[in-house]
Amino acid sequence: MEVAAPQAAVPVIELVGVSKRFGAIQALKEVDLSLYAGEVHALVGENGAGKSTLVKILAGVHRPDRGLLKINGEAVELRSPAQAQAVGIAVIHQEPTLFPDLDVAENVFMGHQPRDRLGRIDWRRMYREVEQLLQSLGVELNVYLPVRGLSVADRQLVEIARALSQDARVLIMDEPTASLSPREVEDLFTIVEQLRARQVAILFVSHRLEEVFRLASRVTVLRDGQRVITAPAQDLTPEETVRHMVGRELAALFPKEEAAVGEVVLEVRHLSRAGVFRDVSFQLRRGEILGLAGLVGAGRTEVARVLFGIDQAESGEILVDGRPVSIRSPRDAMRYGIAYVPEDRHQQGLVLDFSIARNITLSILQRVARFSLIRSRQELKIAADYAERLRVRGGRLTQPVRALSGGNQQKVVLGKWLATEPRILILDEPTRGIDIGAKAEVHRIISELAARGLAILLISSELPEILAMSDRVLVMHEGCVTGLFSRTEADQEKVMLAATGQNRQSR
Amino acid sequence: MSDSSEVKQPALDLDASSAAAPSAPALAKEDRRAAASGGGLARLLAWMRSWEALLLVLLVLALALGSALSPYFLSLSNFSLLISDMMEKALMALTMTLIVIAGEIDLSVASILGLASVVLGYTWSHGLPLGLAIALVLLIGALCGLVNGLAVTRLGLPSLVVTLGTLALFRGLAYVVMGDQAVSNFPPAFTNFGFGTVPGTLIPWPFVLFVALALIFSLLLHRSTLGRQIYAIGSNKEAARFAGIRVDDIKLLLFVLSGLVAALAGVVFTARFSNARADNALGFELDVVTIVLLGGVNIFGGSGSLPGVVLSLLIIGVLRNALGLADISGDIQNIAVGALLILSVLGPNVVRRLQEAASRRRAADNGPAGGLARGAALPAPEETGAARARERGQRH
Amino acid sequence: MSTTTTRVEESRGRVRPGGKRLVALVGRVRELGLIVVLLVIVALVGLQTPRFLTPGNFEQILLSIAILAIVAVGETMVILTRNVDLSVGSTVGMTAFVCADVLKNHPQTPVILIILLGCALGAVLGAVNGLIVALGRVPAIVATLGTLYLYRGLDSYIAGGTQVSAYDVPDSFLSLATTHILGVPALIVFAAAIALIFAYLLRATRTGRELYALGSNPEAARLAGLRAERLIFLTFLLCGLLSGFAGVLWGARFATVDSGAATGLELQVIAAVVVGGVNIFGGSGTILGAMLGAIVLGTIDNALTLLKLSQFWLQAIDGAAILAAVTLDALITRWLQHRLRGGRQR
Ligand SMILES: Nc1ncnc2c1ncn2[C@@H]1O[C@H](COP(=O)(O)OP(=O)(O)O)[C@@H](O)[C@H]1O
Ligand SMILES: [Mg+2]
Repeated sequence: MEVAAPQAAVPVIELVGVSKRFGAIQALKEVDLSLYAGEVHALVGENGAGKSTLVKILAGVHRPDRGLLKINGEAVELRSPAQAQAVGIAVIHQEPTLFPDLDVAENVFMGHQPRDRLGRIDWRRMYREVEQLLQSLGVELNVYLPVRGLSVADRQLVEIARALSQDARVLIMDEPTASLSPREVEDLFTIVEQLRARQVAILFVSHRLEEVFRLASRVTVLRDGQRVITAPAQDLTPEETVRHMVGRELAALFPKEEAAVGEVVLEVRHLSRAGVFRDVSFQLRRGEILGLAGLVGAGRTEVARVLFGIDQAESGEILVDGRPVSIRSPRDAMRYGIAYVPEDRHQQGLVLDFSIARNITLSILQRVARFSLIRSRQELKIAADYAERLRVRGGRLTQPVRALSGGNQQKVVLGKWLATEPRILILDEPTRGIDIGAKAEVHRIISELAARGLAILLISSELPEILAMSDRVLVMHEGCVTGLFSRTEADQEKVMLAATGQNRQSR
Repeated sequence: MSDSSEVKQPALDLDASSAAAPSAPALAKEDRRAAASGGGLARLLAWMRSWEALLLVLLVLALALGSALSPYFLSLSNFSLLISDMMEKALMALTMTLIVIAGEIDLSVASILGLASVVLGYTWSHGLPLGLAIALVLLIGALCGLVNGLAVTRLGLPSLVVTLGTLALFRGLAYVVMGDQAVSNFPPAFTNFGFGTVPGTLIPWPFVLFVALALIFSLLLHRSTLGRQIYAIGSNKEAARFAGIRVDDIKLLLFVLSGLVAALAGVVFTARFSNARADNALGFELDVVTIVLLGGVNIFGGSGSLPGVVLSLLIIGVLRNALGLADISGDIQNIAVGALLILSVLGPNVVRRLQEAASRRRAADNGPAGGLARGAALPAPEETGAARARERGQRH
Repeated sequence: MSTTTTRVEESRGRVRPGGKRLVALVGRVRELGLIVVLLVIVALVGLQTPRFLTPGNFEQILLSIAILAIVAVGETMVILTRNVDLSVGSTVGMTAFVCADVLKNHPQTPVILIILLGCALGAVLGAVNGLIVALGRVPAIVATLGTLYLYRGLDSYIAGGTQVSAYDVPDSFLSLATTHILGVPALIVFAAAIALIFAYLLRATRTGRELYALGSNPEAARLAGLRAERLIFLTFLLCGLLSGFAGVLWGARFATVDSGAATGLELQVIAAVVVGGVNIFGGSGTILGAMLGAIVLGTIDNALTLLKLSQFWLQAIDGAAILAAVTLDALITRWLQHRLRGGRQR
């Protein structure tokens, strides 16, 4: 590991006092960051700390409200991603944003395809180079396939190849490893080391500390949109870093109460859906929180979608209270007392243009209507009730939820589903992208709901959250259940091994 | 219907002294305060900046134009005529409003009108009693709507393409039934409904029908659970589905309604002109869509109101009537209609972009945090742009 | 582990079973399907009426769609970017009238100048669309619905109820539509050349590929540094230009032109494009496909005429063809997605 960057040199790229606000949310506040040639600079922070927002500012996607961006010491304004690329910044975005209709190779080279002397695209060279690039990443992906059908992990690899193909001076990687297997992570790190040796400036965003400490020479910690510290990696321990990230003791975050676990309410037997998950079985009891762990793309959300009637399983059984049921639509699911707080809050959880009240009552319209005509007063009353219980703050009931912070939006989603008085609650990444205070509140709410007898299936990619909240932990890997641990058995290592499919001897 | 102020949900313990939460749940209180403190004036001010207010101004301008162009314009009989002339478009605009708010479109309405007119003429002239013929025509309209709806909801096809196809198909069927023939010997009782007015007034009968339907549709859209669900579907189809709303069934219903109302408009048209021909109301779909969009309905769904659409109906009606009185042909009137349509969307966009640019400049000039607070009430441009694009991804 | 995306650790260097073949096949399924449909129609109708199979009739079919095909090339590019141009009929109508009218008043004008005039006028009208959509951020369907009205209205205003007939214009102009180049009618040569040139550009240039990218995922296109506004403006401009050229040919072919020329052409053009497998929501489809779509529709129309089926069936059948084409597309896509999903694991 190298020492901190030479202080004499001018940073290749530098942010000075950058702030960015989205509606009610101050995503970044007066953040400074510098990046030198030949260093790997890690940017760490909890979900919602503002890491991706910072990345997007460097990528020219967002423009800062205030503050400066300097390249080689000169202030510049990046007005578009095109400009960022022109000055030599390549970005691996957290969520691969690809062209589903085009093949892998075109996705990698879109906008900078190799051309022959006449300015025509040199297709043969393009396919060859993409194949080589992917090979160096240790992947053999069919470069002629349209991206539409690829798995999350493969899409991530295409996104990585895309950034690497640009021969950039600055490489920014926003949680590139979230859905990769350890093997692929190793190959990526080898390449990163090579790039560092070639004097590329690298910003590595992650909240996986073991990766950070392996790779980075300097570390910057963000918390709630503010920079907490920047220090050489060897001056920090993982424990200190966590403290900086969290800003409080870990235990306070996860107030899981002990609760009496009752009879089985939901049982799933040998559930399969082709190409998505296979032979999934588990039981869920009253008052229990069953954690569902795994890498991004392991098939957890897909199971939840089937349980909620969004998709259909091809084989297997679902039993509610011991009776087999057929769930063909969300309405069916609601009839059996199932509620689902989806992963994508903005796309699936909320109607962003609707007010808080209208979102909360959206699934119980019959209850606020007489002769199918909505009674506004009744609607506001019920909405106010849930908003108060869940402590939704930041706006009036009649204001659009668009303006709320992530945490408060999540509480509105929770309110909407609690209003249906469910018995089984499926939570898909319930604390993703919300700030730490709200996160603790959501954890408290979840734990209280379990204590009051709800059966909860908690899907989360954050191991500490899973480990702290769950009575039992179910682990999936590539569509299969690869582990089931009791609260006492479960630890970071066992779950991680199962999540990467390494706990069982592979074929 | 129980008064569910005490909801049976296992109550969350409000006193659980979690360190993070400030005690006062200020929410409901704030709401009440807002309602109490001169909400009336605030609402008036808000309304004055609304689309409907702009439409009202446009309507006044159109009326002024009309009276300037012709001395006959401001007569009751002219208004009676003006309204009469708009009736088919007005009827179809009602259902089109619901469909567009739900995020779809129905370009086949004028063809359904034509088909309805032709079938009415054909069956009547072949001896079917008029009442039965009308019932049959309405049924056919609903069936046409069902075809559109099934293609959209069951096959998952874009409504723009489906109804472009059925626009040709239904009009084609009208030609198949009647060729270039016409039927015009309808009984007086029927045509009286078309030309006639409510005794003692100059109110055309079809207008009575329109007012009744407009009231029903307003109630449906703005007060009922169905209306709420329509807005939810148009705002975010996926979230609506995840909330347990039967998205497909509702869309199917809307297309059937649209077909039914278009057929009804066909009956009105036939009565008004005492004429059933295959090319009746050719091209009306463009006017109907224009009326709906000018009325402030978002082409991507999720917002719009029936009062706005009614105002827009009047504007287009007055404009066409006034230009007509000034001997300006229908085609040339289209210049005004087309320009109005584009400006109705372009204008607000330009204003918004200027505002955004201004607030960005202000943010850049102003120093510390306070300066941002106000501008921040608007969602950041990137956010709206990108999120919208994603939400609407599948439409033009 | 997957079959379509075999990882190295599993099987270094193993040939991916069927991956490339399957996708390449499906990529062409739409066009292959169209050719099959075409052959079936030809066979069935040919059995009924031998006259259908003569080279003369084949030429007739191509002639009947040549102008439409030129517009369809422009429309295809617009639709690829997830937009649509509804104003093409009005653009064709206006340029047809203006060109014919100029010739009526100035018969001396060289034909080449008239062609340039038509293209320029079309390009201006297209540029207006492009500006409204790209800079004004007005959804294309709204903007071009508006200009459909607007341009047609302007056309009527210019025409003022007059019409230009074959006697008013010099023969050199009319011969644009009647001459042959190497024994093939010029109209067909123009259409084929334009289709080939643009098909090649879409494949061989960065800009061409960027149109697909933009339609496939606008957000990703932005992140990849593509200039969406410029691309959209460009496609509308080109679509207008091609429509302008088509307008000139329209004037030459039909000789008698009034302000109603080419009314409703936009529907036929979109029908051809959609039947040809271009996704109405952008991102996929080819100019070749659109041309096949036009040929299939032209062949059906021709067959109906020869079979002495009433003219009145034509429109209904066009409508049915659009519905059939998109339905087929939906079913293929569904099947394909099922295949890709099912193929991914195990
Ligand atoms: N486009 C956006 N619109 C509104 N809020 C946003 C947007 N992007 C990010 N945010 C909010 O800004 C905060 C920081 O988000 P982000 O930068 O994605 O955090 P991280 O990457 O560290 O998890 C979160 O509260 C998130 O909800
Ligand atoms: Mg992030």
